[in-house]
Amino acid sequence: MNPFTTITAIAAPIDEPNVDTNQLCPTRFNKVPRGPAHARILFHDRRFNADGSEKEHILNAEPFNRAQIIVADRNWGSGSSRESAVYALYEFGIRCVIAPSFADIHSNNCYKNGLLPVILGEAQCAALRAQLRDNPGATLSVDLAAQTVTDAQGATHHFEIHPVRKKCLLEGLDDIARTTQYRDALDAFEAAYKNERPWLQA
Amino acid sequence: MPLTLLEKIWNRHVVVEEAGELLLHVDRALVHEGASHAFDKLVQEGRTIARPRQVFAFTDHYVPTSGRENGVAGIANAEIRNMVIQLQANAAKHGVTLFGIDDARQGILHIVPPEQGITQPGLLICGADSHTATHGAFGCLAFGIGASDMMHVMATQTLWQRRQQSMRVTLEGEPGFGVSPKDIILAIIAKIGVDGGTGHIIEYAGSTFRNMSMEGRMTVCNMSIEAGARAGMVAPDDTTYAYMQGRPYAPKGAQWDAAMAMWQALPTDEGAHFDREVAMQAADIAPMVTWGTNPQQGGPVTGLVPDPRDIKDAVTAQEVASAIDYQALAPGMALTDIRVDKVFIGSCTNGRIEDLRAAAAVARLGKAVVPAWVVAGSQPVKRQAEAEGLDTIFKNAGFEWREPGCSLCTAINGDQLRPGERCASTSNRNFKGRQGTGGRTHLVSPAMAAAAAIRGRLTDVRELLKAT
Ligand code: SF4
Repeated sequence: MNPFTTITAIAAPIDEPNVDTNQLCPTRFNKVPRGPAHARILFHDRRFNADGSEKEHILNAEPFNRAQIIVADRNWGSGSSRESAVYALYEFGIRCVIAPSFADIHSNNCYKNGLLPVILGEAQCAALRAQLRDNPGATLSVDLAAQTVTDAQGATHHFEIHPVRKKCLLEGLDDIARTTQYRDALDAFEAAYKNERPWLQA
Repeated sequence: MPLTLLEKIWNRHVVVEEAGELLLHVDRALVHEGASHAFDKLVQEGRTIARPRQVFAFTDHYVPTSGRENGVAGIANAEIRNMVIQLQANAAKHGVTLFGIDDARQGILHIVPPEQGITQPGLLICGADSHTATHGAFGCLAFGIGASDMMHVMATQTLWQRRQQSMRVTLEGEPGFGVSPKDIILAIIAKIGVDGGTGHIIEYAGSTFRNMSMEGRMTVCNMSIEAGARAGMVAPDDTTYAYMQGRPYAPKGAQWDAAMAMWQALPTDEGAHFDREVAMQAADIAPMVTWGTNPQQGGPVTGLVPDPRDIKDAVTAQEVASAIDYQALAPGMALTDIRVDKVFIGSCTNGRIEDLRAAAAVARLGKAVVPAWVVAGSQPVKRQAEAEGLDTIFKNAGFEWREPGCSLCTAINGDQLRPGERCASTSNRNFKGRQGTGGRTHLVSPAMAAAAAIRGRLTDVRELLKAT
């Protein structure tokens, strides 16, 4: 996994609550192996017509087509557990999504792929979106170590993140490395557990 | 200290705790054809499956629901055929149990494990699919995970998780005439919202659920994810044990007795703490339909499509307006004036035998005036329905009787709506394009879906049933 430390980049506002993973990656693209093709899959049916031509969509338009940050509304990433929704965001270039709330599975999937989900208040997100709409191409700076988002006007917003998630993102660590440190505890657990419920392995 | 069902399951599954994160032992991992990303990662990283006997693979999302006589070779679309073949190859290579396309037990990954006794109280079950919440009906902790987490589960039989908040949704009383478990969960979602359960795991408690069948409990737990919760659960009781006894993977003899002793200790203790409590009366719930593009955007079938101008909150008004626009509805129109082009009865929400019985009881009252599909959730459900003559009832009423799979619920096997088509569907998601690009979905119960098929529009099934 690629680490996430700091980023200063163009941010795109998406003014829509409950954006589901079907929108981020329509189901029929689920089978596509992870790769650069996912950049086009992001919001595919919102961004492209059946003949492949572009529809009007913020992520199709300059300068937002170069965005690396999305400022969204509440309940971002609801619906299917598909990790390909994160692949689509990541391959498009998105490294951070800022929203008032995230669906649980999707936010987990973001962390596992080096994409930082930042939770800010509903009013803060709305203000940031308005600012970005009024100043297309404005950048946001996200500093994970300091846990801050700084807008183009210099205002700084603090966000919370679980210390373990923070460490994993900063260092690009995946969970397996962490788990294997506990081999002995795992073996002891499993021996006792198997004894208790022997039928589970049958 | 009094504990909840959830806490008891967590506590028994913690291997270690690190800075507030728990490394949890996982009992069952469930995958389908779409889990190729997880297998790819496993191979890329040169890992093997730690407990192959505890990983189960299902062919459901991509299999066609007609022309199945020739198995995999009979799948006309090469891309889709390839997905099914890939899963077969991955299952064989990694030693995972596969319920393949021509297996007599084949079906949806949230329908087959309960039928086979794979789902049991007190377990921790992870699925590569958000509706894994379904299994919580048995008093286990079951939730969906993405490909990276699934790879971790397959490689280590464990998963890192934080403790989530707990929410108890208590319903008392008997539901009214014509009101099904699907209506109950749609009403709960309408009340708490599609993000109402975010960060929480829901326990459904109270007499309404105590008196509900396992099929009904599964329907309710299934849609916990549509309320934003990763998992939903119902405490195990005699209904649970009676359902499980004698199933192939259930413990037998002395092991059954040992299991029962564990299971009976699981229900939430008197006085245990929940972070949030919601209480409702079953009698207040009417048959439900959704008019919008998320599962919260619905109401009693007797109601109207809302008018965004009546909504004070600007964001909500905008959201409602956009949904009405996509759905091509008029503000203020009666829900029963909405005409449908198609009806779908099936999915992991409503593809079980009781669902088909409820739909057949309505189908026998008339003839379908629009194309209506009945897709059993599994081969055993299909055989049971045929033994009861339900297939004959459906066919006589002009409904199509198809082979088990996810079908039109997620529209990736070739079964899909055309742009602009409108479907009354017993599935769980009405997102834009969910049933096919440009398709429009109204979520309903099986009986309501059958009623819509007969009338060609959304219909209060109680009217039809009362007339008999
Ligand atoms: S029936 Fe629908 S919701 Fe259920 S597992 Fe299949 S695609 Fe997912």
